[in-house]
Amino acid sequence: MSTHTVTLTVNGQEHTAQVESRLLLTHLIRDVLRLTGTHFGCDTTNCGACTVLLDGAAVKSCTLFAVQANGKSITTVEGMAQNGGLHPLQAAFREHHGLQCGFCTPGMLLSALDFLKKNPDPTEEEIRWGISGNLCRCTGYLSIVKAIKAAAKEMAAGGK
Amino acid sequence: MATQTSQSLGGLGQSVKRKEDVRFIQGKGNYIEDIYLPGMIYGAFVRSPFAHALIKGIDSSAALEVEGVLAVVTAKELAEHNLAWMPTFAGDTQAVLAGDRVLFQGQEVAFVVATSQYTAADGVERVEVDYEELAPVVDPHKSLEMPVIRTDKEDQKDNLIFKWDAGDREATDRIFNEAEVVVSQHTEYQRVHPAPLETCGCVANHDPVTGHTVIYMTSQAPHAHRTVFALVAGHVGLEEHKTRVVAPDIGGGFGNKVPIYPGYVLATVASVLIGKPVKWIETRTENLQSTGFARDYHTTTELAASKDGRIRAMRVRTLADHGAFNAQANPSKWPAGLYSICTGSYDMEAAHVEVNAVYTNKAPGGVAYRCSFRVTEAAYVIERAVDLLARELDMDPVELRRKNFIPKEKFPYRSPTGWVYDSGDYHAAMDKALKIAGYDELRKEQAEKRARGELMGIGISSFTEIAGAGPRKQFDILGLSMNDGAEIRVHPTGTVTARLGVKSQGQGHETTFAQIIAEELGIPSEKIIVEEGDTDTAPYGLGTYGSRSTPVAGGATVLAARRIREKARRIAAHLLEVSVEDVEWKDYQFQVKGVPDKAKTMAEVAFAAYTNVPDGEEMGLETTFYYDPPNFTFPFGTYICVVDIDPGTGEFKIRRFIAVDDAGTIINPMVAEGQVHGGLAEGLAIATMQEIRFDEQGNLLNSSFADYLLPTAVETPDWELGKTVTPSPHHPIGAKGIGESANVGSPQAIVNAVVDALSHLGVTHIDMPITPWKIWQVIQEKGV
Repeated sequence: MSTHTVTLTVNGQEHTAQVESRLLLTHLIRDVLRLTGTHFGCDTTNCGACTVLLDGAAVKSCTLFAVQANGKSITTVEGMAQNGGLHPLQAAFREHHGLQCGFCTPGMLLSALDFLKKNPDPTEEEIRWGISGNLCRCTGYLSIVKAIKAAAKEMAAGGK
Repeated sequence: MATQTSQSLGGLGQSVKRKEDVRFIQGKGNYIEDIYLPGMIYGAFVRSPFAHALIKGIDSSAALEVEGVLAVVTAKELAEHNLAWMPTFAGDTQAVLAGDRVLFQGQEVAFVVATSQYTAADGVERVEVDYEELAPVVDPHKSLEMPVIRTDKEDQKDNLIFKWDAGDREATDRIFNEAEVVVSQHTEYQRVHPAPLETCGCVANHDPVTGHTVIYMTSQAPHAHRTVFALVAGHVGLEEHKTRVVAPDIGGGFGNKVPIYPGYVLATVASVLIGKPVKWIETRTENLQSTGFARDYHTTTELAASKDGRIRAMRVRTLADHGAFNAQANPSKWPAGLYSICTGSYDMEAAHVEVNAVYTNKAPGGVAYRCSFRVTEAAYVIERAVDLLARELDMDPVELRRKNFIPKEKFPYRSPTGWVYDSGDYHAAMDKALKIAGYDELRKEQAEKRARGELMGIGISSFTEIAGAGPRKQFDILGLSMNDGAEIRVHPTGTVTARLGVKSQGQGHETTFAQIIAEELGIPSEKIIVEEGDTDTAPYGLGTYGSRSTPVAGGATVLAARRIREKARRIAAHLLEVSVEDVEWKDYQFQVKGVPDKAKTMAEVAFAAYTNVPDGEEMGLETTFYYDPPNFTFPFGTYICVVDIDPGTGEFKIRRFIAVDDAGTIINPMVAEGQVHGGLAEGLAIATMQEIRFDEQGNLLNSSFADYLLPTAVETPDWELGKTVTPSPHHPIGAKGIGESANVGSPQAIVNAVVDALSHLGVTHIDMPITPWKIWQVIQEKGV
């Protein structure tokens, strides 16, 4: 199996790794960089637990090879909190009980982050479509929708 | 010091924000796949492509040539150590690896161990297995006429697993023979899979020097799992005192993580054989094709009634498909679980329920998927049947239910199948749900729409749940009493560490159990740490499933705290220099009766417990309590679903869903509502999407989330919740458990709504999952 040198920035920090061609981006993030907040849920791009931001856009990292991230910038859930404070989305998920087992949460947070960038003042219906690529088995979604709505307000007020 | 209140303590009834969220929202949870140990190697399974076949030979040589493949374990190696078979919680035996034959597609045939998971997958591809295909038994209805599947069992002369019945057959038949009205309906409660977002997995680490083994696993029942490991593999060194099972954070369980799976055993065996930590993580396909499915109950339900709408008797005949091994996780003396709760919320003279369970060439199981051992199936059949009866009698389904509810004053109520319902007020929950829904207006709207040719339906479900297994005289799993322990240690500085035998999978135990202790001991919940899942530290317990954590471990926690309070009271008396009788527990502190100024807080007493103990008293402030619940709890509720159907396409939309629950005392309203939301979403999933399907050859037709559908936020409606509170009279704080009610109560509300929308066309039933395609076919057939 041929290997490749991959250099990428993850949460602001540059990393270089020697990887097999077939290594999935999720496994680079988890097994090589040991950022285990990015989860593996389904293998088929359906569940979204592995969602990260690639150059600012939400992608399912189980459907990318690590080599495809060469030269790119990635944000994982570990990179959301800034200056020692939680991101408003993280705080809102806790405040509104937008998580239970927590397994879908990192991917859900990053999908929501990407969505709110495109639509900073969404309706609940738009939020539902915005996170429809992420499955949650615990919450029945209502509290997640409320959390995202509250975070949108907070982010607008805080200029984030 | 300001007077403490339940609110300031974060005690009972407070929507305290969850402690566990702090790590989850920052990606710092510690799930099974997050465990990396030095020198760790990986295991993966070779699985059968056939549902039924003989294994003529296994050639591992090509796999062993792959660089990095360390070993290939087959049944032959396991048999040498007497580990080829393991018991299921249902008392059956299950092959750890298939020996001379495979009995379902996806069955574990060999375990490849390698230096990485990618290399293990390479190895799996190179193991050559020579199969000779056999005709599979796929249709449970034909199973009893087919050749015996379980040829490994000497006494097995056919494919029957058990025949079980409850209630009074003769009295029931007598009423049916003389009844004015009888309705009957066959329903197929389809095979579903709980599909938690995290699959199952294990990291086993055997230390060849000390002989100790640590097994991290996705376990809803760590203690029970360790005991079974010791019973099965004690002879190879996995004795209980040298084996530590740790369930880390679990990414959802829903019953899927109750059974013991071959992967756990193989990772452990490989670690013992090779002397390195071994990790095994299921793929999603493996999860759906081989681990515990649920339901698969095929039932004819009959109700006998009078013309004026009095339900008199119920007759239930069920055929249960358990797959190739009976791997359900019911209490051992209850092969059909608590299914005889099927008379539900209704007062009737007699009932008889019979279940025949059969083997088929499908994955083993019958787990309690967000359900207290078949109560979901039970609630479905009664609530569907009551709707049918209402139609037959041309009565409003609400009126019929009201007429037959067990009246409030009849509690405790003995059901015709022998359950003693602890408490209930069914009319109150129904009234509240109707009010939130605006039921009369909805019926008016429906009539108007119907006149215009539009399709709108209203579905009701007034379910009774049974939770908290269970009283140990009758409820055990493989002989292990279904009781649970709680240990509380109050430290000298007044903070607390508590440990429990149950195991949260997202329910929020770290928060809610701290609230129970806060309320009982007057120590703020933020000063209380709750730990679970480690058999080396936690007291024994049977784990979390069947809504048993709050009813059983919750009881243990309350009574442990009260035992601590008794001792603390004696120490407080010593500190206050009065007799014990003169000290009362009031406003969350010890006070001299009638002199509220003379008081000691629990923190002051805790310090004294280690520094200034009265004569004759042991030092320290800690205890362990094992709780044996005197009875089950019986949560209940009324759910109302409103659907709109597009007559052109069969597409339907759940416009509203109202859920009024009564789970007795609520510990944390925010968490309780979250449990209801989640249960409703899974009920929606079962009613409209989830179905494990096979073709005639026993091939699984939907082995990924691309075709085993789960609802997204788009299909899920805004849930409208309400509650009534009828405390359990026997639980120490009156709590009943809320984790599963919504999944027990909701599927039939949705089915009833869809059928109601089509009832004027003569539609009386549609089997789940109800899809636009099914509705469209019905509409075509009825010529709309």
